[in-house]
Amino acid sequence: MTVRTPVFLLVWLVISAAVFAGSLALGNDYIFFAGYVVLQYVVLGTAWNILGGYCGYVNFGSAAFFALGAYSSVAIYKLITENDFYRMPIPVLMLIGGLVSGVVGFGMGYLTLRLRGAFFAIATLALAVVLQTLVVNWDFVGGSRGAYIIRPEQIEPIGNYIRYLFLLMMVLAVAGITIARLIEHSRLGYGFASIRDDELAAEAAGVPTLRLKLIATTISGALMGMAGAPFPYYIGYLQPSSTFGLDYAVNSIAMPLIGGTTSWVGPLIGALLLGSLQQIATVTISSAVNLLIVGCLLVIFVIIAPNGIVGLVHTYLQRKPEDFVGRRRVEAEMPGRVP
Amino acid sequence: MSMAEGASTASTAANSAAARALLQVDNVGKRFGGFVALENISLSVPAGERLGLIGPNGSGKSTLVNCICGTLRNEQGTVHFAGQKLDGLQAHQRTHLGLARSFQLPRPFVSLTLADNIRIPLLYTVARRRGSHHTAHEIEERCAKLLNEVGLGEKARRLPRDLTQVEMRKLELARAMAAEPKLLIADEAMAGLTHSEIEDILSLLVRLNEQGVTIILIEHIMSAVMSFSRRLVVLVSGRKIADGRPEEVMRDPEVERAYLGQ
Repeated sequence: MTVRTPVFLLVWLVISAAVFAGSLALGNDYIFFAGYVVLQYVVLGTAWNILGGYCGYVNFGSAAFFALGAYSSVAIYKLITENDFYRMPIPVLMLIGGLVSGVVGFGMGYLTLRLRGAFFAIATLALAVVLQTLVVNWDFVGGSRGAYIIRPEQIEPIGNYIRYLFLLMMVLAVAGITIARLIEHSRLGYGFASIRDDELAAEAAGVPTLRLKLIATTISGALMGMAGAPFPYYIGYLQPSSTFGLDYAVNSIAMPLIGGTTSWVGPLIGALLLGSLQQIATVTISSAVNLLIVGCLLVIFVIIAPNGIVGLVHTYLQRKPEDFVGRRRVEAEMPGRVP
Repeated sequence: MSMAEGASTASTAANSAAARALLQVDNVGKRFGGFVALENISLSVPAGERLGLIGPNGSGKSTLVNCICGTLRNEQGTVHFAGQKLDGLQAHQRTHLGLARSFQLPRPFVSLTLADNIRIPLLYTVARRRGSHHTAHEIEERCAKLLNEVGLGEKARRLPRDLTQVEMRKLELARAMAAEPKLLIADEAMAGLTHSEIEDILSLLVRLNEQGVTIILIEHIMSAVMSFSRRLVVLVSGRKIADGRPEEVMRDPEVERAYLGQ
């Protein structure tokens, strides 16, 4: 059958080690700088997909959860590091950021999960606006001026600090896709799928839909927060308008949609593809072109491959002559159907 | 004081009635805005019963099912199931207690294969009951067996979109059966089926009933209802107008009036 989780994890750790060693061999630290952002989007896309892809609840507030993680790190930095020069290790900051965002995810879920479809999406968007307003007015973490974080130049024995951050984000990305895959193949994953397809029927089949949705918002939020926690150390200067920016919300939706939402592979492929494209565009053209790329790709995929790259491959592999006729007929009956 | 005593006697009486019957519906009422969908419905279904529930379109049959199963909340009255009061319980909790239903319009899980459609109630309802923990392999077998019973065994790996309407009704029924209910409510499981398919479903329901499952059949196809039911309940405009042996109920002038017009 399918690969067991420890094997899966091991394979990905080996791949990660190879990528890290390869990047080191290239001898240019910019690759870590760019790679960090791509990996961050792997985590964000995977996290979004746990709620959006598995359960079918579209979250427009990814930036809020990401920013919560980032701002918990800033708050701790202001509270501890600036006062007595003790630097809390970044993995600990990631756990704290994850905890804060997870709790907020749970709270948001409890308040909004009785809403469905567009109303839920609007509520998550509202959450992002409310949190941004709070942060802008919270002087302790820099308010609208933003906050500076001074990170060490080097870390032993890896060398440049950016390599360390890259490594941490890679570990988180591996953890993220492992969690997503675990969920997918578990009882929880089947429950999520039943919620996505038909909540009334899910309830009738005995699925405690509200509890499962709360689990999804909590895991999803926590992963986003963990992705955000090291961000102040990466960027050095954290500003509310960019941390709560549209990029995060749009990218974490677009990447799973382009990759395919029904499996862990989708967000991974989508984030690697889109994230790399954006990094290349940033260097060669301009960073302003990023969202344009996302927009265009999204339109193309919604029209040509509504089930993303994974869906495209899946259909191609499973295609039998008689199936194909049937599927074409179904698609003709339901034009523009988005999963 | 005497009023409190009276109330407590009444509730004891209700409790003992509920203890005898598997499903005890007392004075259930439901309105949608100004429209009264159900008015003072009382119904007692003993274990092992084969009950037919009929009525013209819009008479409140599905609303009653929705109130019993927790999809809708009734404003008035109470529902007891297996001696337990259902008020305030969510639909999934009622399913866990042993109350299963099929939907009038099939609601399959469209992104899951047929086998996985059946797997959901097995994982979420059957697996949580004491002493019925299945291994992955046993669940696999249960899925195949249930699909075979409704004649969908060969399509276990297909998606619901590959099914005809008739097959979707069978899937709907198989999914309700998978929850291993004490009471199965089949809401128009046979609409659109051919004569031989109706026979298949009927014999399936009779077999389930012989295994001890109480069944409420909601149906428009009178021949099916008459051959299946041992008791018939008729709803008209949200009110119960008849309840009794099928032949007697069908001779009832009020039922004739509702069905044939005056």
